[in-house]
Amino acid sequence: MGNDGDSQWPLWEVFTQPPGGAAHEHAGSVHAVDAETALQNARDVYARRGEAVSIWVVRSAAITASTPEDMGPFFDPGNDKPYRHPQFYKVPRGVKM
Amino acid sequence: MTAQLDAAARSLVFEYLLRLGDDRLVLGHRLSEWCGHAPILEEDIALANIALDLIGHANLLLTLAGATEGKGRDADALAYFREAVEYRNALLVELPKGDFAVTIVRQFFFSVFALHQWSALQGSAQADLAGIAAKALKETKYHVRHTAGWMLKLGDGTPESHARAQRAVDDLWRYTGELFLADDVDRAVSEQRLGVDPSQLAESWRAHVLDVLERATLTVPESAWMQRGGREGRHTEHLGHLLAEMQIVARSFPGASW
Repeated sequence: MGNDGDSQWPLWEVFTQPPGGAAHEHAGSVHAVDAETALQNARDVYARRGEAVSIWVVRSAAITASTPEDMGPFFDPGNDKPYRHPQFYKVPRGVKM
Repeated sequence: MTAQLDAAARSLVFEYLLRLGDDRLVLGHRLSEWCGHAPILEEDIALANIALDLIGHANLLLTLAGATEGKGRDADALAYFREAVEYRNALLVELPKGDFAVTIVRQFFFSVFALHQWSALQGSAQADLAGIAAKALKETKYHVRHTAGWMLKLGDGTPESHARAQRAVDDLWRYTGELFLADDVDRAVSEQRLGVDPSQLAESWRAHVLDVLERATLTVPESAWMQRGGREGRHTEHLGHLLAEMQIVARSFPGASW
């Protein structure tokens, strides 16, 4: 099926929504030839014991991800600029919180 | 409910429940033979899940059969301590698993049969059986969805997959007629609204199956001759081997628990 040199079927990322209305979370990945099969495989692998009320699958190739090189520029907190944080500001007298 | 049935009715319902339970037990065991051997990990898990569903249905049905019989036999006693001639499953489900096409075609044929059977059994006057039907129907809908998807992929796939799927349809078709044979047991439980006469499911099964086969570019053999015997305990040589493997531990260590 040809998937970047992988002899397996195309890879799909699986997101499941736990009961109770929380947001979908990444559960893992499955191989499948099409979206319907990916959905079924995701159900069989990640949602057979009542762990989910909804499943999303998306082709892994469709995800654009940050790289390890992005770590510094993307995620280092701007602690040298304390005015970026709300705690920097004093609440004026008379404002009810 | 079972207490209200007289002895004759109890014996009929027992026989009827054995047929339902044995179909699932034997097919579930056959399907479990793929565990660790399926063509891809995800399908391995899918087939094992379906096998477990079927064995779960068999457990419920044989438990109810034992309670109906009233001789103290539970599901384990019925599963592990009956001989092949006492099994009441249709021949279709005991045939060897074959290649992946044979497994899928057989599973599709049976899943559609079970879908229509459970649908009708939800209206059983036997409340326990109606309850089992409602639960099993949900799982069976998934089995139909999964196997019908594979029918389309195999039948309308590569020349190799098409040839194998067509060969499987040709080989298995003659075993499908037995699913819809009705005898006195079926007619009696149907009249009392305890069970469903399988001959009444034939038309809806055929329409459902032919629709998928057509979309899968597969055809049905012209010969109308059908195999039979399983419901009366006349089985192929394959069931004995299956039971030997399934029953060996329970018979070697009777009463063992783990």
